[in-house]
Amino acid sequence: MSVPGPWYLVLAACLFGIGATGLLLRRNILVMYMCIELMLNAVNLTFVTFSRMLNDLGGEDAVFFVLVVAAAEVVVGLGIIVAIYRRRSGATADDINSMRG
Amino acid sequence: MVNAAYAIVALPLAGFIVNLIWGRRLGEPVAGWVGTLAAAGSFIATLVVWVGMLGHAALDRVRDLTVFTWFPVAGLHANVGLLLDPLSMTMLLFVTGVSTVIHLYSIGYMHRDPGFDRFFVYLNLFLFSMVVLVIGDNFLFSFLGWEGVGFCSYALVGFWFQRDVAAVAAKKAFVTNRVGDLGFLLAIFLMFAHFGSVNYGTVLGTLSHGHPTGLMAGAPGAITGTTATAITMLLFLGAVGKSAQIPLFIWLPDAMEGPTPISALIHAATMVTAGVYLMARVAPMLHYAHATSWVIACTGAASAFVAATIACAQDDIKKALAYSTISQLGYMFLAVGAGDYVDGLFHMLTHAFFKALLFLGAGAVIHAMADRQDMKQMGALARFLPLTALTFAVGWLAISGIPPFAGFWSKDAILSAVWGMNKALWAVGVITAGLTAYYMSRQFALVFTGRARWQEGRARWQLLAQQPGGAGEAVTDEPAHLPAGGHDEAEPGLPAAPHVEDYPKDSNWLMSAPLVILAIAAILGGGINFPAWHLDFLSGFLHPMFPTAVAVAASTATKWVLFAITLVVCLSGLSLGLNVWKTADHAALEPTALRRAWFFDDAVAATVSGPLRAASSALAFVMDSRVVDGAVNGVGTLMALSGKALRRAQNGYLRAYAVGIGIGVVVILTYLTFRTGA
Repeated sequence: MSVPGPWYLVLAACLFGIGATGLLLRRNILVMYMCIELMLNAVNLTFVTFSRMLNDLGGEDAVFFVLVVAAAEVVVGLGIIVAIYRRRSGATADDINSMRG
Repeated sequence: MVNAAYAIVALPLAGFIVNLIWGRRLGEPVAGWVGTLAAAGSFIATLVVWVGMLGHAALDRVRDLTVFTWFPVAGLHANVGLLLDPLSMTMLLFVTGVSTVIHLYSIGYMHRDPGFDRFFVYLNLFLFSMVVLVIGDNFLFSFLGWEGVGFCSYALVGFWFQRDVAAVAAKKAFVTNRVGDLGFLLAIFLMFAHFGSVNYGTVLGTLSHGHPTGLMAGAPGAITGTTATAITMLLFLGAVGKSAQIPLFIWLPDAMEGPTPISALIHAATMVTAGVYLMARVAPMLHYAHATSWVIACTGAASAFVAATIACAQDDIKKALAYSTISQLGYMFLAVGAGDYVDGLFHMLTHAFFKALLFLGAGAVIHAMADRQDMKQMGALARFLPLTALTFAVGWLAISGIPPFAGFWSKDAILSAVWGMNKALWAVGVITAGLTAYYMSRQFALVFTGRARWQEGRARWQLLAQQPGGAGEAVTDEPAHLPAGGHDEAEPGLPAAPHVEDYPKDSNWLMSAPLVILAIAAILGGGINFPAWHLDFLSGFLHPMFPTAVAVAASTATKWVLFAITLVVCLSGLSLGLNVWKTADHAALEPTALRRAWFFDDAVAATVSGPLRAASSALAFVMDSRVVDGAVNGVGTLMALSGKALRRAQNGYLRAYAVGIGIGVVVILTYLTFRTGA
């Protein structure tokens, strides 16, 4: 007896929604960052689910790519965040708007 | 052997590039030798190709080498191709040959000039362009060379651009030539419109048989007399500009501001003959355009006569020679108009020899006189410059049409051909021949015989220098003895005033050797087309290139009579010039009208600076500042305003961008879903 595929999809949708909401509503850069990770992993979950439902390993392939890209993104992103923390106290995303047109 | 043709073009180009990049480091005299060797190599390559060509039958001497396709655009295939035929070979032989000699002379002449390497850069670029002009196998490629020589002429006339006169003269030469080039371009367009090609082979139909075929014989692209007339007239406009004929001759005398080797090479021997070459090249088409032939003959005759009269009243040694060049070019056009292309080219060859010789001789004189060019301030130089005087005398007799020197044979051949066309044109030609002998004798007499007028100033100067404490004044006083002409200032970089002990003397071997070589060519040059005993090599060589002469050839008896008349006229001109100009002042013989070139320059200046300038400035105000500037500024303003409106979107808040991305994704997904669903 196993959990049916659609349940996973619903879970993934919920996770994605939570991540997207957090990204839009929170001001702390680190939290926003975690939200992005949440969204990425929600996508990973759908990939794996479909892979199992359709008996196609391609979905799991894609997950590896997403993981690799996410890792690289974390490296770059955290570097930027650390640099911002050094320059100013706190890290509210709305303060960093010096690139406005 | 045909492959040596590539070297003819490549060597001057290589010399140009080497001198352009390393010229300054090579310095004097290496840069000069690089240029000279490039020219000499080009000449040798030409000889090799020529010898190879002579090995073929007379009707099998045309070769068309395509190097690569220059640009293929909508049916127009312009190639970079080399056309080797007797006509281009004849031109190439004398262009590269005379060029080599003048490169050599320039090493001596440009000695100690700060622009020594720059001079040879231009000189090699000129040779390259001239070769391209001659050897190109289509009108477009030739036009490239045509513009190239125009540019080099501009750069070299204005070589001493620190002097205002030189810079202005260069500009004048360039602008005047543009008028002619417009005609050339329009002719190319018309040709393309009519034949769908700009290749000499296709347009003129000479490639297959060496004879003009397919032009009128019902072939596709057969042309009517009207089209032939239109094309050749437009080409002739180009030729008039390049070869300084009436009414576009005004640039050539001013072009004498350039260094003397340039006057010899570009403005006497080679570039200015490009117009004649062009008209000879389209001879098969001229065959169907009688109106153009008449216009060419009349323009040539008028230019020959008018320029000869002006030359009679010039004081500047180089300007007199410049007007003489216009006059001699007029003879060549007269021959082309009469359908006697071979003798036109024959005169071009002999003229290249003796006129280059005269100019180089003038250069030697100018050098010896410490850059003075006023003939009225010379005199008795034969004693001091024996070699220059001797070689100059050869050139003088050759241009005056005295047998057996080269100029006689070609001029006589032209005149007897013109007799068959029109007696009035012949008469103009004969009178001009007399005038030629007269003004050249005047020049020879003023420069080389009579009193040493340059010594009068010098004697006083010497006297002042010897007075106690007078040396300083003497130096400042010296220019007062010079005539108030525009050409007496020292050329920059060259020693200004002569030392007191210095007497004018012959130049070193670098400048003398070319004089001797050209003098020999000017004596023997007539031999290449000797009119008897089947020694007319040039006619035999060129004959397959041209349609049969329009004019009826004069009978032998008539020729002898014509010859006698011409000779008598020339000899009387000669003795008149020599006898009258033993002394230097005969104001009556030099009316202002002639001194000022029949006020032609003034008329042009009045037109250009009056109505034309008013029209231009009106146009500039309305068209340029309102319409053109309005459009340009309008585009700029539009961009600035829309940018100002759109910059609000870039507010710098991360979440705004995230929302934007989110909405974008939703929109795209919706679109994709509904599209595939439909």
